[in-house]
Amino acid sequence: MTATPDLDALYQEIILDHYKHPHGKGLRDEFEAEVHHVNPTCGDEITLRVHLEDGVVEDISYDSLGCSISQASASVLYDLLKGKSVDEAMAIHASFQELMQGKGQLEPDEDVLEDGIAFAGVAKFPARVKCALLSWMAWKDATAQSLEGNDD
Amino acid sequence: MKGLLPELEVIRKDFPILERRLAGDVPLVYLDSANTSQKPQIVIDTMVDHLERHNANIARAMHQLGAESTEAFEAARDKVAAFIGAPDRDEVIFTKNASEALNLVASTVPLREGDRVVITEMEHHSNIVPWQLATQRSGAELRWFGVTDEGLLDTSHVEELITERTKVVSVTWVSNMLGTINPIAALAKRAHAVGALLVVDASQAAPQLPIDLASMPADERPDLLAFTGHKVVGPTGIGVLWGSREVLDSLPPFLGGGEMIATVSMERSTYAPIPHKFEAGTPPIVEAVGLGAAVEYLGHIGLDAIHAHEQAVTGYALDGLRSVKGLTVLGPLDPALRGGAISFELEGVHPHDIAQVLDSRGIAVRAGHHCAKPAHARFGVQASTRMSSYLYTTPAEIDALVEGLEYTRSYFKLD
Repeated sequence: MTATPDLDALYQEIILDHYKHPHGKGLRDEFEAEVHHVNPTCGDEITLRVHLEDGVVEDISYDSLGCSISQASASVLYDLLKGKSVDEAMAIHASFQELMQGKGQLEPDEDVLEDGIAFAGVAKFPARVKCALLSWMAWKDATAQSLEGNDD
Repeated sequence: MKGLLPELEVIRKDFPILERRLAGDVPLVYLDSANTSQKPQIVIDTMVDHLERHNANIARAMHQLGAESTEAFEAARDKVAAFIGAPDRDEVIFTKNASEALNLVASTVPLREGDRVVITEMEHHSNIVPWQLATQRSGAELRWFGVTDEGLLDTSHVEELITERTKVVSVTWVSNMLGTINPIAALAKRAHAVGALLVVDASQAAPQLPIDLASMPADERPDLLAFTGHKVVGPTGIGVLWGSREVLDSLPPFLGGGEMIATVSMERSTYAPIPHKFEAGTPPIVEAVGLGAAVEYLGHIGLDAIHAHEQAVTGYALDGLRSVKGLTVLGPLDPALRGGAISFELEGVHPHDIAQVLDSRGIAVRAGHHCAKPAHARFGVQASTRMSSYLYTTPAEIDALVEGLEYTRSYFKLD
């Protein structure tokens, strides 16, 4: 039996690849801010550290537990935002969040989101949007804390 | 298969939703009844009839509709009392749900520093958090029974846990995650021996175990028992707290408001006798009437027959699930020791992903922590997948689940 088209739209090969072989996973020592976010409805969780230097996202390290969507999303986040300026990273973040909250109606911009476009199908599954956004919200929180720390 | 309800196909026809077809024109396979049960036509019709023909507020409207509505509401109380074999129908308090019933108890039982409350590691959050709040507020101590590797209540330290200081023991009758049936009579005896109250969360027990409170020996009978309407084929928004008259009379009111008073002056009030003392404000009337129809429906089929059906389906499901490579059942493996909720792990696939793939085939299960995070932590898992059957579940639906799990393994490219 074949899967319904929707199921394949959700579980793109790219997502399953990132799930099985996550990029950048593990907590590393250099960081300015660490956050722990959970999805209270399902229990998915992530501990995420951000290391910024001269306005650049030098590293994002994380340890996480959860479903394929949440795990793959953290891996894609690492690929997309590491090495970018904070401003660029924030713009990519906004683009990904917009895609996820677009109820499956938005055309993703591959130039901006690269592998992240594989998550376009997730937006059609309201229950899974939070899974995809867990690591992204954690990154935004940690980055904000890290920037505040610099102001002191 | 031995134990199945003989009229299973007829019973299924009572539940219109079981005819539903889902996306891709696949039939619904509903295996999430521990989360909420489906509703038979008689419950739907009774509620519609009440709203169409008898709707009025109860106990205060001086007109014919008011009398009819009051009669229907109080008749529902009689039906619930019969369903659990309550010694006295006035001991049945309607609440919003089981959580509210447990909160009512935790908020009104007198506790102070030096007292102890004992719960278990396998409780639903609704029988943990109210007691955390109550003990934090009062300075009492909160302790709990552990769970054995087999998923049974670890009662080896019962005498050290339930001591003279213990005022309340609050336990689930049937675990919503592990399925375990707990030894309520033995716990009641021990609690009563030290003068403590036994509070029982019967949310998962009431749907599937025959309960006859009046026939229990007094020292083995719980003092308070809570369950929710929507798991016993009734509507949401209605729950039940049963308590012995002696205990309910001794507790102060929970919520203040209309209906729960005898008289009110600006300085003070006196309170109505039970059950009204604990039913402040306009209650969920049509929901209570629906619950009355629901428990009457279950009573006609017979809880002994429903329990036998659940055991047969659960045994069949345990065998089927364990045939799936990499699958581990959390909780007792003997159907005689457990209820119809079976939580499991499938190595290599997260519960969300399992539930998603099953959903694409029309199979509804629950994935996550099932509001029992401590019980999951006990087994070192963050989340699990749970199938739960009920009186309308067929062996063919269990076959569909097992096939769906095999398909899930292949979809995620496990060997």
